[in-house]
Amino acid sequence: MEKLRYALFTGCTAKQSTPEQMMSTMAVADKLGIELVELTEASCCGASHLQDYDDFLSLVLNARNIAYAEKHGLTMVTICNTCQLNTAMTKHRLDNDEKLKAKVNEKLAEVGLEYKGTSLVTHFLYAIIDDFGLDKLKEMVVTPLSQFNIAPFYGCHNIRPSELQNETHNSKENPYNPSSLDDLIIACGGATVDYEEKNKCCGFHVELQAPHTAAVLTGNAIAGAMDGNADWMVTPCPLCHLKLDTQTAHASEAIGREVELPVLHMQQMVGLALGCSPAELGLKHHLSKVDFV
Amino acid sequence: MSTQHKITTQKVNFKVFRFNADKDYLPYYENYDMEVTSEEVVLDILNRIKWDHDGSFSYRRSCRHGICGACAIKVNGRSTLACKESMNDMVDLFGSELVIEPLSKKRAVKDMIIDKADFWEKHDAVTPYLVADIDENPESENLISPEDADTLDEADLCIQCGACHYACPAVEINEDFFGPAAFASAYRFSADIRDNSVSRLKDVNEEKQGVWDCVKCFECAEACPKEINPIGKITKLHQMAFQEGIAKNNVAVRHAVGFKKSIAKNGVLDEGGLVLYSEGPAIVKHLPVAFRMFTKGKIVPPWGITKSQNLDEIQKLVKSSSTAKF
Repeated sequence: MEKLRYALFTGCTAKQSTPEQMMSTMAVADKLGIELVELTEASCCGASHLQDYDDFLSLVLNARNIAYAEKHGLTMVTICNTCQLNTAMTKHRLDNDEKLKAKVNEKLAEVGLEYKGTSLVTHFLYAIIDDFGLDKLKEMVVTPLSQFNIAPFYGCHNIRPSELQNETHNSKENPYNPSSLDDLIIACGGATVDYEEKNKCCGFHVELQAPHTAAVLTGNAIAGAMDGNADWMVTPCPLCHLKLDTQTAHASEAIGREVELPVLHMQQMVGLALGCSPAELGLKHHLSKVDFV
Repeated sequence: MSTQHKITTQKVNFKVFRFNADKDYLPYYENYDMEVTSEEVVLDILNRIKWDHDGSFSYRRSCRHGICGACAIKVNGRSTLACKESMNDMVDLFGSELVIEPLSKKRAVKDMIIDKADFWEKHDAVTPYLVADIDENPESENLISPEDADTLDEADLCIQCGACHYACPAVEINEDFFGPAAFASAYRFSADIRDNSVSRLKDVNEEKQGVWDCVKCFECAEACPKEINPIGKITKLHQMAFQEGIAKNNVAVRHAVGFKKSIAKNGVLDEGGLVLYSEGPAIVKHLPVAFRMFTKGKIVPPWGITKSQNLDEIQKLVKSSSTAKF
């Protein structure tokens, strides 16, 4: 198989509050022989908030990010669900509206760039499943995670709206019964935990403006995983990770029950199965105890 | 050319929510094994349960054409209009074990029938009608152009079935929150060029009840049987608040605006700076968690942020492409 190459849109969180996600992404890519060309020119995607204020600016900035992936002639890979949604939504709108695309390109021309629509945009989770292949990953597992019950937490912005999301990858995902992350857990040798909250919202986006709603959602998610007898949770989204890992005190208070579980990034889980060391995967950067390694 | 259509049948196990508020202490589930044909919709199954198995089984139905919105229920957690949803699609999506439940279990009155009072109260709260001075003796029709009609973005197709409202997690937690259906309705009238309401947009921008408490989960977009995309209307209501100059200087609004400020400065986000700008002095409440994050290497100080390369491009674009003011 030809070496897989992608343009990596890290997003902001992997470079700031989840350094372990950046470390484990690079460690896993290295193990799998995937080349990630980092888009160092990229800006923030607006995180599903900027468009509430200024939709056109959000489109222009996201189109600029994609234009850099196009310059490399590579598929853009995201490692944050919200980056994925914002970028894919921009791509969808521009690819289906010539007038809008022309308007955006008029702005990009001011800085010598053009959005063409030639690069695909996909999340690293689906790049691993669709392009690398879970069978091949399975063969490379050196430390099967067979003693663990692992609760998948999908994150809204990778599974909804499903019509848009399913444009970005081959393996079809049912937003009411998603399977990609479960399949990844199984490929790593783990047992998956089925629980009601696995495809629900973590509350991250209203952490500041609606703290009670946010805390209840976080609490319910962790409680659901705990009741499913999970040893730990795993997520493809650093924002879900942040919410579930760092906000357990508020969450426990909000639902009247102590909740806490280790919450790993999917890259950390794959890294563990592939034999990466805890240091390579940045396991010391978690707030919730990661005491099973 | 003749088209051949083959009707297939398959065995399905239905686990059906049963509850009678007048006599049951708790709800329970009844199992029905049935042969289901590829021609049937979910409503056919509800009818067969009632007609062939238990006459007391209760549900709402009326038009059978996806117009009246009466028969919305949940199948395996997915909101659906029973009269519109093909059984084949349900089996494709979930397999041969299907769980039939009302839109909201905690509001169940009898089986699939729920008390939708909160839905209607919130619908009423957004002034869901045109506020306009209408000439009582018009000389001609009050027409609007196709372009102006397009700005409604199909929000007028809503049938008030409640599918999105009871799929919304914020509605479940925050009883003040108007919910996606009410917001779609608010947008339908606020986007209408004939409308002169001054209060509606303000009402849907209030904290707790308004659009700023939307968690951005897209459950409503997924649930809507008319594909209205309520969250798209919520986004537009956010934008209208800025366009009309009624966006309040509060944490939610500053949070949205803060992204632009951060991007203009660094290209990437300054996470700490965003929280500080959004919260103001109230940032102190985040300090205990922030301190713990700092000790774990999860906070980058402003001077440690790696700015985007070619930042000048981003700054130029922020200047030339901005369309909103706060």
